Amino acid sequence: MSAIKLTTPLTNEAINALKAGDEVLISGTIYAARDAAHKQFGLQPPFDLQGQIIYYASPTPTKPGEVIGSIGPTTSSRMDAFTPALLAAGLKGMIGKGSRGPEVIEAIKKHQAVYFTVPGGAAALLAKRVKTARLLAYPELHSEAALELTVDNFPATVTIDSTGGNLFEAGRNKYAK
Amino acid sequence: MRELSTKKITEAVRGLCIEANTNLSADVEVALNKALKDEESPNGREILRQLIHNAGIARKEKRPICQDTGSVVVFIELGQEIRLVDGSLEEAVNEGVSRGYTEGYLRKSIVSDPLRRQNTGDNAPAFTHVRLVPGDKLTINLMCKGGGAENCSAINFFKPTSSHDEISQFIIKTVELAGPNACPPVIVGVGIGGNFELAPLTAKKALLREIGHYNSDHDLAKWEKELLVKINRLGIGPMGLGGRATALAVNIETAPCHISQLPVAVNIECHAHRARKVEL
Ligand code: SF4
Repeated sequence: MSAIKLTTPLTNEAINALKAGDEVLISGTIYAARDAAHKQFGLQPPFDLQGQIIYYASPTPTKPGEVIGSIGPTTSSRMDAFTPALLAAGLKGMIGKGSRGPEVIEAIKKHQAVYFTVPGGAAALLAKRVKTARLLAYPELHSEAALELTVDNFPATVTIDSTGGNLFEAGRNKYAK
Repeated sequence: MRELSTKKITEAVRGLCIEANTNLSADVEVALNKALKDEESPNGREILRQLIHNAGIARKEKRPICQDTGSVVVFIELGQEIRLVDGSLEEAVNEGVSRGYTEGYLRKSIVSDPLRRQNTGDNAPAFTHVRLVPGDKLTINLMCKGGGAENCSAINFFKPTSSHDEISQFIIKTVELAGPNACPPVIVGVGIGGNFELAPLTAKKALLREIGHYNSDHDLAKWEKELLVKINRLGIGPMGLGGRATALAVNIETAPCHISQLPVAVNIECHAHRARKVEL
């Protein structure tokens, strides 16, 4: 399976070409934010939402001389309550792990967005694809602060596409015995 | 009486936290490689390849395998013939966690109060369980347990007359409900018997058994193998994207219980299983 290259900010055209099950390599700026940061920013995140991707993640501390610590995904569904409004305001992509609720899937379809999975527990490998990391907001949240990351060929799997195609369901149906 | 300084315990715990978090143990890596060989789904294979690659990078660069470096669960078997000196055992363990997580650049994920949610800043305290045993040795079994998988655990109180089948269904259902959120392929710890507190503790201890080792009780070993086959027919697969490898192992342990009871606890552990043991 050859991976599709994506650059942020995402265009509708690029998003609509993605199908659940596609492997992608993402390059450009993405934003790391999880539970506490979502609660803080509500509808006013400390960055321009248009076409952007939020990565549900909080890294381990950065060792001296490194760009970032290990940074894998956290469980996305904990952010479900915040997501539809962010999608309505221009957010286009989310990277995390695990399933999303029906409201989120509806909003993904309505606003032509996409949800990617990266493997939980592949945090060392994913960190190698982060080229720069900058604290954006909420230092008081420690590891849960919002970060701006530049990533290069960050590997992810399209899990819910803009038509509602859902790899969790399709994959499971295909392999269940 | 043998004197043992709690400073040794602090040092050991510090080292185990760093080692467990950066060096995926051989049994898990063997199991991931086997899962990759058996995996039918291309998305699933890609995920497994990334996980194996990740373990290699983490080991080489002494980086945490997963960003959730977990809460620290410590089982201590304390020989009755040991006299501990230099302070409190529990404080020694917590000091070890604090140093390991600070000096090892591990993420601090513990809040001091479940409702006010203030981070303690050093990942202490650990969840420590001490058992007195005969002899003059002290054994530490330490596990760094991620939150995502732990959240998918469950307990159910069966009737003493409930069938094996009903219990199997509960165990399989728990894995199914965990779905993609527990970072499959998972390891399933099952504690059968005991009571409201002992069943989950037994399930957690079951996770300490190496993958590929079965219960020494022949019937339980057979049940473990059957459950693993059934779970891997669910189709959930690596990270829930569909595939064969939903679980790497099912470990069952049992405990005596009351005539009116049959509690069953299922403790879900992710593939980033970080456990280490040391004897002092
Ligand atoms: S469940 Fe395990 S592998 Fe997944 S994010 Fe948590 S600690 Fe990491």
